[in-house]
Amino acid sequence: MRIAANWTIDGVREALGAKKISARELVADFYKRIDARNAELNAYLTLSPERARRQTDRVDALVAEGKPLPPLAGVPVAIKDVISTRGIKTTCGSKILENYFPPYDATAVERLEAAGAVILGKTNCDEFAMGSSNENSAYGPVKNPLAPDRVPGGSSGGSAAVVAAGLAVASLGTDTGGSIRQPGSFCGIPAMMGSYGRVSRYGLIAFASSLDRIGPFATKVKDVASILQVIAGRDPNDSTSTTAPVPNYRAELEKPVKGLRLAIPKEYFGEGMDAGVRQKIEAGIEIFKKLGCQLVDIRMPHTDYAIATYYIIATAEASSNLARYDGVRYGLRVDNDSLLAMYRKTRGAGFGAEVKRRIVLGTYVLSAGYYDAYYLKGQKVRSLIAQDFRDAFTKVDAILTPTSPVPPFKLGERTDDPLQMYLADIYTVTGSLAGVPGISVPCGKIDGKLPVGLQIFGAPFGEARVLQLAHAFEQAGGATV
Amino acid sequence: MKISREDVLRVAELAYLDLSEGELETYRAQIDEILEYIGKLNELDTANVQPMAQVLSDDQTADATLREDLIVPCAVAEDVLKHAPDPEPPYFRVPKVIER
Repeated sequence: MRIAANWTIDGVREALGAKKISARELVADFYKRIDARNAELNAYLTLSPERARRQTDRVDALVAEGKPLPPLAGVPVAIKDVISTRGIKTTCGSKILENYFPPYDATAVERLEAAGAVILGKTNCDEFAMGSSNENSAYGPVKNPLAPDRVPGGSSGGSAAVVAAGLAVASLGTDTGGSIRQPGSFCGIPAMMGSYGRVSRYGLIAFASSLDRIGPFATKVKDVASILQVIAGRDPNDSTSTTAPVPNYRAELEKPVKGLRLAIPKEYFGEGMDAGVRQKIEAGIEIFKKLGCQLVDIRMPHTDYAIATYYIIATAEASSNLARYDGVRYGLRVDNDSLLAMYRKTRGAGFGAEVKRRIVLGTYVLSAGYYDAYYLKGQKVRSLIAQDFRDAFTKVDAILTPTSPVPPFKLGERTDDPLQMYLADIYTVTGSLAGVPGISVPCGKIDGKLPVGLQIFGAPFGEARVLQLAHAFEQAGGATV
Repeated sequence: MKISREDVLRVAELAYLDLSEGELETYRAQIDEILEYIGKLNELDTANVQPMAQVLSDDQTADATLREDLIVPCAVAEDVLKHAPDPEPPYFRVPKVIER
């Protein structure tokens, strides 16, 4: 039997329910395709066939017994390698965790499996999720499946690439400053970050705790909604996960968008944006007009300060979170007779360049004499950026922007200049700092080749509205503008 | 120049991070450029702005999410020690800290 490559969640359910294929056969076919393409893409770091087999046996037993299937029954998924998976190696793309096997599952992983999803393996990413191109992985860069000489974006480059290449139906990534939305944009698939507090961070290996979020990649907005549905909601193991009720996202998807007010903030359309990206985004905005949405020009005056603010707060939190890698309890140890020298040498040998750079910067902005000038200042400007969003949402239902100022760039093109790399996140870090939900949805390809993503920000816990707009855009042909 | 070689050395010491001579100078120059860029925040008067340490409002955290302090089983010690760099169950072994 020839098995199609472009599965959706609904497609998997129907095929299993109608006994056209078993979960075991489906997953075997995905592993066959991974075998054929992963050496080239370098998107999976670890495969988990034994765990997948146990799960497909459970799903196939349900089918055989004629029992109702859970919402993600038999859906092959991939998990970014910064998210803990019990007994499956979890490296964070770092040498310092080369042999780390978590003793527990992240809540998001546990919920995916409880809903019937099958975990195929762990995906490559920038080391500790620090990067915008996936070139900071200690295990080599990921290639963009749509343009192999280009980066897939980062830090969740592997999670985006496996879905775009048909090597998983959906995946989980993490977003701290754009690390879900930007690779989604670069690989031409929808990718979503829910509000801060929407999805439990329990088991997400921390980079910057006030910014980190787990969220889904899929090939259709509907599937993004289905995954978010399963992973969202209060978790007693994460005190920052909220009790705010989780609406039925799938039910909200089809609601009409006519009459909704959408902001076009001037600050997101300034210089520095690639002409091809601009043209596609403007064409995308026209689609919303045709759908009957009302476009509103607004100002978000602190947008231009977001990168500076982000790189203070994210590095400060990282320097604190990464203090735990000291060679004592897990991961790499470089032996030395002195305890302090053991710490220093372990960390010096185990961390890569970007991580060290951020630890130094983060420690500096927190250090005596500089705390007020940098860290406190950054926290104050973060308030102003969040206020820009609050002000905007008194006037509009959602905000439209490009996801990235540039299309996927060439491998190696930006690696020598960290500041230039940071500026690639200029349109995504604002929403990270403010805590609002955001999605990147495909918005055409430049010259039919390089994907562009349109970003939709919603008000806090307004995921349903964001998904509804993204779905309407996709249905109206947004991906081929 | 915003950050000196001595600053980087001091910070690396605080962070228990061994840096080679080459790394020291590369990071100093790169971080100097980043701090120069960050300096643009001084264009903003923030004298009357409250710092934002986290996203969620009070009604979404604190009382709403504090749980009862209950003992729950967590039998992972064996698993954790199995992958430790130098285990001596039930301990992690480290180089001698206190000289007699």
